[in-house]
Amino acid sequence: FAGLADVSISEDIPVEGEITVPVGSRSPDEDYSTLDEPVRDTIMRDLKAVGKKFVHVMYPKKSSTLLRDWDLWGPLVLCVSLALMLQGGSADSKDDGGPQFAEVFVIIWFGAVVITLNSKLLGGTISFFQSLCVLGYCVLPLTVAMLVCRLVLLAGSGTVSFIIRLIVVVAMFGWSTLASTAFLADSQPPNRKALVVYPIFLFYFVISWMILTFTPQ
Amino acid sequence: GPGRIMAAPGGGRSGAPEWGGFEDNMQGGGSAVIDMENMDDTSGSSFEDMGEMHQRMKEEEEEEAEGEAGAGEEEDGEFLGMKGLRGQLGRQVADQMWQVGKRQASRAFSLYANIDILRPYFDVEPVQVRSRLLESMIPVKMINFPQKIAGELYGPLMLVFTLVAILLHGMKTSDTIIREGTLMGTAIGTCFGYWLGVSSFIYFLAYLCNAQITMVQMLSLLGYGLFGHCITLFVTYNIHFHSLFYIFWLVIGGLSTLRMVAVLVSRTVGHTQRLILCGTLAALHMLFLLYLHFAYHKVVEGILDTLEGPNIPPFQRVARDIPVVSNAVLNTTAKAVALTL
Repeated sequence: FAGLADVSISEDIPVEGEITVPVGSRSPDEDYSTLDEPVRDTIMRDLKAVGKKFVHVMYPKKSSTLLRDWDLWGPLVLCVSLALMLQGGSADSKDDGGPQFAEVFVIIWFGAVVITLNSKLLGGTISFFQSLCVLGYCVLPLTVAMLVCRLVLLAGSGTVSFIIRLIVVVAMFGWSTLASTAFLADSQPPNRKALVVYPIFLFYFVISWMILTFTPQ
Repeated sequence: GPGRIMAAPGGGRSGAPEWGGFEDNMQGGGSAVIDMENMDDTSGSSFEDMGEMHQRMKEEEEEEAEGEAGAGEEEDGEFLGMKGLRGQLGRQVADQMWQVGKRQASRAFSLYANIDILRPYFDVEPVQVRSRLLESMIPVKMINFPQKIAGELYGPLMLVFTLVAILLHGMKTSDTIIREGTLMGTAIGTCFGYWLGVSSFIYFLAYLCNAQITMVQMLSLLGYGLFGHCITLFVTYNIHFHSLFYIFWLVIGGLSTLRMVAVLVSRTVGHTQRLILCGTLAALHMLFLLYLHFAYHKVVEGILDTLEGPNIPPFQRVARDIPVVSNAVLNTTAKAVALTL
């Protein structure tokens, strides 16, 4: 900047701010490479990713796939299917005693947000959406339980069916809690794991309660 | 602050717009297209460099014999040859604006949506939570010395959620039908409404009565006081003996109320103030437990039905082991609760 020495700039005009160089263009080719592929490829790739995560939930090993590439498609699908299956369980014909679609939706997402905030406030290292992703995917065993319950209820709704449903729901509830704990507890300081597990336990307990007390009309 | 990007080049140029000189130079070059290779890109948006370049070119020009005509065209101020340059400038200006806007937005976000504000209230160990839960049932003896209240929100929050879960269970097993609203909404609304509303109200009273307590401490105190409610409701929603409920109400409800009252008394001076504060808290706390037990129970449902109108089908009363003596008491209590709702 030696050449600027003789340029005089009037004092009352402030010269401040950042001198940012608009960096030269990054090659647009690599960004748009997935835009030209057929829609089927895109959908299949996403479906495969979701399916892989489902498998990870059913066999919870300590892998970081669920955490690394999080996505919210799986939780959305699970939430919607669970809410749809919980429809139509009413004690009265006009106003239902059973949960409405919006209720289930709000419970699941609001509960997941609360648990995530809680684990972050307790000093967790996991990010917001990763935690939402894990909690959403771990609803899968409970969705399976709901399916089984509906099938059992088709057969009849006596004491035997209640006992079967109870066993199935309790087992799936345990599975859900264990699966989500396996993924989430690692991100917490070791002495506070119990503080994080308890809300997860409550959350899945409420969902299991909704499933167990579902009685079709 | 945002960078100011206007800098007047110095030298002997007064009055005429700065860019006229450039146009002059470009036109002097013989083409309307700006050759950008000549621009010193490494200096980015520095107008000083532009000014300096202009200065140099102007000096070169002054050696020629253009004189008046050049000055006239400068003063014209048309930016004919400047479109390319202005495009680059425009882009840089837009880029700068975006950076500034992004910076401001992220600053505002980190200020208001920062959950780190709540972080100190969640700094607990499981052992501490357990000991605080147990302590909430033990009334303190020393009321002359202000008792310490831990300003922690994890325990109370979890207790409120547990109460919601227990309430749902109770509502379902008693086949409560909520006419307007949903089961879940009612449960959450009731529990959170009580916790936040009564805490605020008692905090307001404490402010009037000059008690030494902060809002977080009040929330914490009342939250831990719900532990007794949780235990009582958990037991009595499953074992439907009304006498058992009354015993639990007096003993467990009473113990947790006494603890809260004792802590508040230790932090208040003056008999009248103590009376007002503690009387209100005790009444609200005990009545809430009563309400939770009866509101989601078969008895009140029947009464509400008969109050509402004849077109609602009568509900079926299930036979239960209720001692005959307490029936009258039960009915009058339930009627009183229903009427006050």
